[in-house]
Amino acid sequence: MKVLTDANVGETVKVKNNDAEESLKERLLALGVTNGAHIEVLRKGPKNNLTVYRIRGAMIALRKEESRYIEIV
Amino acid sequence: MGLTAQSSKLSSMTDVFHIEKKDNQYIVALAGNPNTGKSTVFNYLTGLKQHTGNWPGKTVVSARGEYSCNDKDYVMIDLPGSYSLFTSSKDEEVSRDFLSHGSYDAAVVVADATCLERNLNLVFQVSELAEKVILCINLIDEANKKNIVIDRKGLEKELHIPVVLTSARDGTGMDELKRTIEKEIVSRTKKQHESLVKYDDEIEEKVREITISLHKMNVSNTRWTALRLLDSSPEIFSLEKKGHLSKLQAEQLKSLFKLQDDKITREKISEENYNYANELKQKYVAEDTKKINKDKKIDDIITSRYFGMPIMLVMLGLIFWITIQGANIPSKILSDVLFGFQKKLTEWFISQGIPNYIRGIFIDGAYRTLAWVVSVMLPPMAIFFPLFTLLEDLGYLPRVAFNLDHYFKKSCAHGKQSLCMCMGLGCNAAGVVGCRIIDSPRERLIAVLTNNFMPCNGRFPTLIAISSAFFAVTASSFLNGLIPALFVTLMVLVGIWMTLMTSYILSKTLLKGVPSTFTLELPPYRVPQFGRILYTSVIDRTVFVLSRAAVIAVPAGAATWILANVYAGETSLLVHAANFLNQFAEVFGLDGIILMAFIVGIPANEIVLPVMLMAYLSTGTLTEYESVGFLRNILIQNGWTPLTALNVMLFSLLHWPCSTTLWTIKKETGSFRWTAASLLIPTAAAFAVCFVTASIYRLFF
Repeated sequence: MKVLTDANVGETVKVKNNDAEESLKERLLALGVTNGAHIEVLRKGPKNNLTVYRIRGAMIALRKEESRYIEIV
Repeated sequence: MGLTAQSSKLSSMTDVFHIEKKDNQYIVALAGNPNTGKSTVFNYLTGLKQHTGNWPGKTVVSARGEYSCNDKDYVMIDLPGSYSLFTSSKDEEVSRDFLSHGSYDAAVVVADATCLERNLNLVFQVSELAEKVILCINLIDEANKKNIVIDRKGLEKELHIPVVLTSARDGTGMDELKRTIEKEIVSRTKKQHESLVKYDDEIEEKVREITISLHKMNVSNTRWTALRLLDSSPEIFSLEKKGHLSKLQAEQLKSLFKLQDDKITREKISEENYNYANELKQKYVAEDTKKINKDKKIDDIITSRYFGMPIMLVMLGLIFWITIQGANIPSKILSDVLFGFQKKLTEWFISQGIPNYIRGIFIDGAYRTLAWVVSVMLPPMAIFFPLFTLLEDLGYLPRVAFNLDHYFKKSCAHGKQSLCMCMGLGCNAAGVVGCRIIDSPRERLIAVLTNNFMPCNGRFPTLIAISSAFFAVTASSFLNGLIPALFVTLMVLVGIWMTLMTSYILSKTLLKGVPSTFTLELPPYRVPQFGRILYTSVIDRTVFVLSRAAVIAVPAGAATWILANVYAGETSLLVHAANFLNQFAEVFGLDGIILMAFIVGIPANEIVLPVMLMAYLSTGTLTEYESVGFLRNILIQNGWTPLTALNVMLFSLLHWPCSTTLWTIKKETGSFRWTAASLLIPTAAAFAVCFVTASIYRLFF
């Protein structure tokens, strides 16, 4: 199983499943992380903590604590 | 950032459900994603200068304004920006509750032209709630710059709702928006549409079944209600109102129709919403990928792993340096004028034969303190505010949150706390209100309790003045300009460090818990609106903040003069009080008058330094004002050492919050206990740090 955390900078991946718990899932859905959505990995931030993704045309930063719930293909 | 006439009005949302309006007034709700220039649209239409910033979660309370168009009057309600109406965030709840339960004639959804796909999701959600929806695609000027072309007519035809392209900051399309609102409200008699999105057959079939029952129950918004029964917990129906489902009814219907897998349905509905949004974007929006990557290139540097932090520090230092350099000359001019006028006033009082004590109270007390507040505080404020707003407008602040997030994570606090801290740099009361952008109650409380460690604009002129007077005394004038900037930056860093430490300690003791989830949008960089920046910084902030300080400075100055000139025995009351505090204060490397000035400064930190000077002057003989050299002389005459200067700065940075901030904390937390904690924690921190520095100093000197 591959998750969003594993995707490399520059890659564009497709969401297969969003496995986050309730409130995070709600927030991710609101931002457009739905099944089948395309996500581009833009950049890793300081200390490898945050990663910037392009989601539905917007730049969104997620920690690996969040991105690991997003299964990708 | 900043305490403004707007942000200090802590209007609670509950009053907003029943909008006070005159007859023949129509109500327009303004919704939209964060960062779409929604507040600019609101300001343009209503003329109300609500502060807008280029970062998520700016409108933390809803604002209300009025405008007229073709002899008809409209009340506009600016709802907090939200990505969706279903998340658990306080702000988004406010928007949802107003749109579902409030009374309004039409809803305008403001969308970002450069990010239409994401914004359409909210448009769909609002269209399920509001009878009349107008899509206002804003920031069309930014879209033009990025070669993004939007087929307005195509969208309109497909969605069956009016679509207006605007650029609120230069007024493009705004008249059309007004006319469209009018047309929808006044001319259109029936509902525009049932819903923009049709879901899959399974969902639509269930909606049909449920709708039949809802009709029998006289529920007004059947489609929305049915969909929420399908995809939400009954909590969403907590707000009681006639024509709306109650929570109990919702629970009954859910079990009647066996609607238990609402989470799966929500996911499906979100997916279909977004799929449709994507489809619309493919059909009606033409993009130029080269231009879109411009922001990415800037961010590669600004938020880079290696340069991100140094750039931030240099930027902060540079802002303080410009502030200090720029403030020198205006400060000198202001004090020359104001103190020159004091001489004239004194002469006039003497010539009129007015008793000395009245002259003392009014001129030497009230007027002189006011003159100091104005000449010391106004120039740095008037320079710092526009500079900071510039950064805010550019979209730099979310990048600050991005660069600092790992520190906050380590402290078990929320990454958005740094945004509240930036607001605190303007005014801590505003910073405390700003903490509403944090969803988790535990982390919000941490942010509220530690906000005071950011020196507000009432405090950093004190830091500037003292570091200029005491430490900028080298032979090189260039170095002398640099030293105060370094000191103030250092103080802000100490404040950040204290914030992180305190957050960590709170997370391990009173507010145990792990960091909650975190998502941060990095909005596109935007060209700042210079005219508006000057307006909001100078009028809305500087004048407002300064007048608040002045109102307190006048009585405080008068009172200090009275205390300094009423004698009990050999010495004045002021000296008695100072002597009383002296022994205690000396342990912390301060003196009685300093401590007293901080106590007198509780209503407004701006007056701490002026009151201190008043007190010193009333006991000494110096009366001539000679800028920085003068300040240094008074301080040294009164026994200040480098330790005193350092500790006054540290104490100013860390000590108790001002009364406005405390009042705001009480209002925001609703708890006396937490308000007390927010008073005690900084106080303890200030005394502890000063004790440590004083002890170390005594070891060496």
